[in-house]
Amino acid sequence: MDNVLSDIKKDYIVNLLKQGKREDGRGFDDYRQIELETGVASKADGSALVKLGTNQVMAGVKLKLGVPFSDVPASGVLMTNTELRPMASPTFEKGPPSEDSVEVSRVVDRGIRESNCIDLDKLCIEEGEKVWMVFVDIHSLDYRGNLFDAASLACIAALLNTSIPKIEDDRVIYGEVTKNKLPIIEKPVETTYAKIGSDIILDPNLEEELVMDARLTIATTEKGDICAMQKGGNGTFSQDEILEAISKSIIKGKELRAYL
Amino acid sequence: MKKIGQPKKFIIKGKRLDGRKPDEMREVKIKAGVLERPDGSAYLEWGGNKVLAACYGPREVHPRHLSMSHKALLRCTYNMAPFSVNDRKRPGPDRRSTEISKVTRQALEPVVLTNLFPKTAIDVFIEILQANAGTRCTGITAASVAIADAGIPMKDLIPACAAGKVGGEIVLDMFDVEDNYGEADLPISIMPKTGDVSLLQMDGNFTEEEFKKALNLAINGCKEIHKVQVNALKEKYGGN
Repeated sequence: MDNVLSDIKKDYIVNLLKQGKREDGRGFDDYRQIELETGVASKADGSALVKLGTNQVMAGVKLKLGVPFSDVPASGVLMTNTELRPMASPTFEKGPPSEDSVEVSRVVDRGIRESNCIDLDKLCIEEGEKVWMVFVDIHSLDYRGNLFDAASLACIAALLNTSIPKIEDDRVIYGEVTKNKLPIIEKPVETTYAKIGSDIILDPNLEEELVMDARLTIATTEKGDICAMQKGGNGTFSQDEILEAISKSIIKGKELRAYL
Repeated sequence: MKKIGQPKKFIIKGKRLDGRKPDEMREVKIKAGVLERPDGSAYLEWGGNKVLAACYGPREVHPRHLSMSHKALLRCTYNMAPFSVNDRKRPGPDRRSTEISKVTRQALEPVVLTNLFPKTAIDVFIEILQANAGTRCTGITAASVAIADAGIPMKDLIPACAAGKVGGEIVLDMFDVEDNYGEADLPISIMPKTGDVSLLQMDGNFTEEEFKKALNLAINGCKEIHKVQVNALKEKYGGN
């Protein structure tokens, strides 16, 4: 995500980190204030709005009937998509999905998919013929850094909020909140660390993202296992830095999960 | 989730389904400078993978507005041939190849001395001709040889290799059956001189301990690959 930050501001952020401080007063392992609201879009089958400080991400879930993939004929289908609308940042452009939006979609998708968060087998209606397809759509509303964590938290909250619509004579009756909830059996959350010089900080804000050398996103499960990871940025991580980030991420994951 | 074609066991009497030991890599061959038009190129065979990488540059940037006054623009394109996989791959970019192109660029960026060529572009193209699991690693490995072959200064070569978990055991360099039905996949790339990790992705399920073991295994794999890369360049250019 290209953006301009003056050298003077860059130096300021880097020098502050060397003194063990962050520009917004947070500790190195602190999140910005987290707010989470669910059921924010009533036409969606499930929805959630997450605010990480002023970074706002909304996620909506829609269910649709469809044909399963031929190699997993008795399982529902999960699709994750991200919209980085020009409204959310001057650097987001309209048009086909950018590289960044594809990356967010795929990393969030991996966290959900690989943790087996949704019991997809329960979404099978007729093996090989008809299953529920779960569409998770991420919308960045106001981009202030760290899309990954906000998006993944919004997605899992929206999935937990999702009820399966009624089917009458092969037709889906939308708009009615049913007691039939989406079968969620795991709550994966993602935590992102940014490396700036030799310092590693949690939940980088926009300015920190613009100075960072590299980023590491780690998705963890309730059990404390790791289910997805993604390194980003042009820098590198040492082996020790990776292992330390993982240990911290497992603890921070619990903190995030408490909001769900 | 029930997957069609899943083997009952992945490791029988200490041997994997293709006869390898858990920490054994498939055979890797690299040849530098195989194409005429590009400034640098490399051909790689790794198990059942066949990959070509080519590098153009430093050259003029198109479109112009992407040029940077302090360094070269590094661009990578990962592409799979439609016939490289069992089910024909629809030609053209998709979400997967877009992401792999991005992580490939970010894996190579730390070693390419882009600051030496401001206002230019270095373009790397990776073509997967035959795929058998681990193609992003093969692509990165071949690409870094192609960049070196183009004579572009680099701090180090970038070898890449994956480790993962199949049948509950940590293994190195999965082949397609293990990749499709295994429990976890961890592709990484390193800068051999410092051991720092420049590509790191993971999906599946690892405990913290398993991850440590897999990371170590993958790093050792990268070091093996690095030797093959060096030999490929020595073979073309001589020297020790």
